[in-house]
Amino acid sequence: MNFDDTPEEAEFRAEVRAWLTQNVEPRPNGSVLDLNARFLRARRFLAAKAAKGYAAVTWPKEFGGLGGTEIQHIIFLQEQAKVDVPTMHGSDFFSVGLNLCGGTILKCGTDEQRHRFLPRILRAEEIWCQLFSEPSGGSDLAAVRTRAERDGEDWLITGQKVWTTYGQFSDFGLCLARTDPAVPKHRGLTMFIVDMRSPGVEVRPIRQMSDEAEFNEVFLDNVRVSDRFRIGAVNDGWKVALTTLGHERSNAATLTFIEWQHILKIAEQAKINNQPAIEDGRIREKLVECWFNSFGVRLMAYRSQTALARGAVPGPEESWAKIIITGQGQRSAIAAMDMLGALGSLTAEELGDSWNPVEEGWYWAPAFRIAGGTDEILRNILAERVLGLPPDVRVDRDIPFNKIKHNGGSHGQPGDAVWKSL
Amino acid sequence: MNFDFSPEQEQFRDQLRRFLQKADGVGQSRSVLDNKVQDYSTPIWHGLADLGVQAIAIPEEHCGLGLGALELCVAAEELGRALAPVPFLSSVCVCAESIRLFGSEKQQAKWLPGLANGSIIGTWAFADNTGDDTRFQSGTLSGTKVPVLDGMIAQVIIVVTKQADGTPMLTLCDLAQPRVERRPVKTVDPTRPAARVKFVEATAELLPKCGAGGWQKLSDRAAVLLAFEQLGSAESSLAMACAYARERGAFGRKIGSFQAIKHKLTDMYIKIQLARCHCYYGAWAIATDAADTPLAAAGARCGAIDALDFAAQENIQVHGGIGVTWESNCQLFYRRARLNALLLGSRCEWQDRLVASLKRKLRRESEAPAKAASEA
Repeated sequence: MNFDDTPEEAEFRAEVRAWLTQNVEPRPNGSVLDLNARFLRARRFLAAKAAKGYAAVTWPKEFGGLGGTEIQHIIFLQEQAKVDVPTMHGSDFFSVGLNLCGGTILKCGTDEQRHRFLPRILRAEEIWCQLFSEPSGGSDLAAVRTRAERDGEDWLITGQKVWTTYGQFSDFGLCLARTDPAVPKHRGLTMFIVDMRSPGVEVRPIRQMSDEAEFNEVFLDNVRVSDRFRIGAVNDGWKVALTTLGHERSNAATLTFIEWQHILKIAEQAKINNQPAIEDGRIREKLVECWFNSFGVRLMAYRSQTALARGAVPGPEESWAKIIITGQGQRSAIAAMDMLGALGSLTAEELGDSWNPVEEGWYWAPAFRIAGGTDEILRNILAERVLGLPPDVRVDRDIPFNKIKHNGGSHGQPGDAVWKSL
Repeated sequence: MNFDFSPEQEQFRDQLRRFLQKADGVGQSRSVLDNKVQDYSTPIWHGLADLGVQAIAIPEEHCGLGLGALELCVAAEELGRALAPVPFLSSVCVCAESIRLFGSEKQQAKWLPGLANGSIIGTWAFADNTGDDTRFQSGTLSGTKVPVLDGMIAQVIIVVTKQADGTPMLTLCDLAQPRVERRPVKTVDPTRPAARVKFVEATAELLPKCGAGGWQKLSDRAAVLLAFEQLGSAESSLAMACAYARERGAFGRKIGSFQAIKHKLTDMYIKIQLARCHCYYGAWAIATDAADTPLAAAGARCGAIDALDFAAQENIQVHGGIGVTWESNCQLFYRRARLNALLLGSRCEWQDRLVASLKRKLRRESEAPAKAASEA
């Protein structure tokens, strides 16, 4: 066992490090940037990465990638994590395109689609969103009701999507729609690329509890989509969706919220019963949990890297990392607040930038416990695919979609009253 | 990056696993529990000696294989998986390791060859908080240690005593002398039997190379090895629970199809995966004598305690009423889980060791940039 690079890996790491040193813009006075400045900074950085092939290390050169290995991709991410680049919430407008939609087009799209879309995703010229979840089906994704109907060489898409990250800024969306309601739900779906500027597309931002609005509702009213923008075969959209979701879950495992160092520093300064909080066994327990879980997930990544280097193919085994990292982000934020007592109720605006990770963990970890497969759905997946437990009883699985009683009995239609009444 | 065992080590694991499956470790533990076998399984112990397991880390000059900590980790995991009732932890992981690390040439020559082929069984007695009054003075040892794992079957013991200033030191005592009195004691896990050992000015000698940090080093290494053993047992508990959940029917379906059961089993799986990651880090640390060893050992220890305790408890829960009967093997894991959680210091102690390591690490990290800046 060792954590050393091979000579080739070390050489690649050195190249990446040198490139990052030259190409990462320092933040003006190291300050927090407003949304627009972050957007522009992120776009410039991604374009620079694309020019070098670093925007998608594993993609073929033909589509703007580096044609590199998974290991090189990991090395790039490790080095990138050491410098101040825009990667997290509120600044990463491009990751849905780059990590989720791009990967899906690369794997399931046509050559025409690859040439048309991939280079522009890499250069951050076009922003993408994911039109998957609907008011009536988030975890039960295969129950989507948005309809796509054939109209000559085109399709007409009608329905309502929700939780569409950065839909308001997007140029294109990856849209899962129902093309055959007369077959069981998984079998009647098809994936499309929707031009978000098309007539009939309406995007309404959803104000979140953090008072930001990164998610949206997207209304689709007879939106015309060329058949050339269909990904995969007609009624084979579920398989395409699983490709996207696989990317989303593995991507989520690379999230970081509050580091243990942050919790320890607070614990050494805050007082409980007139003693430094770190003297309190309950706080020590929380610190241990924070380190154990966040470092444990990092160690898992080292194990995956080793497995990849030995030629293994990643499966659903690592879905647990998302459960751990998001739950821990939420618990660590709450522990940090608890240590400060009533002062912990103040926002980062009052307490200063160092409080940002706490606030971010508190507002965002709950969202990531849901996005890309909830804690509960991921547990089902692990139980069935890794532990080999029998499937749950699925009352709707073999029934044609249009014969299913939706929402436990009400015969709702797309965009129905159940959601709107909330 | 190579954060896994090597193909040769995996080959050794397969060989050992096949042997232990055939030898039926769980069945042997059951026989010890039912008093059909006294103290430990001699067939397994002898079989392990044939495979060279006791000899793994002992240098070739003392009839060992001269391999390292990683091979010991593999062996510990498989013995834990099989729940084999043998004095591996006492004799191989603690006694032989302390003599190898800190013993004189003479002590090594006297004890290591026998420990390496399994003909000698050794053990240790920890300096714990049970009102321990053991002291070492002018070549003699006095006081009482309880519980001493494998105390009735061991021929030699490493005793941890405290010097006047509180520093722990290690002494070696040949148990075959009239000044040592011992009797069996009952613990929660009879498959890993223990004794009360009383030293009445018993002849003993220091392990001369054990400096101030010796006990810390030894206990960190033992903690990682025990963590691997716990990891193996936890995986067996999970496998047992999954197998039952796939077979047992209720309400017209297999109970494993219910989310309440699925999520419980997945939580076991997740705790085991996390513990495994930390165990590997511990293995790397002790194999390379890394600066992070105290932190890595505490992480492995805490994770493995949590994983096995949880897996053993919830294995019973998944089994329902049958899980609490004498006939069910659930109890074997439940017993082993608790005993292993208490040996070498409980979770409370290791958690504090972990926090102390994190504090040191934070100091190092905050000094490192300052130091680098001043050097530049």
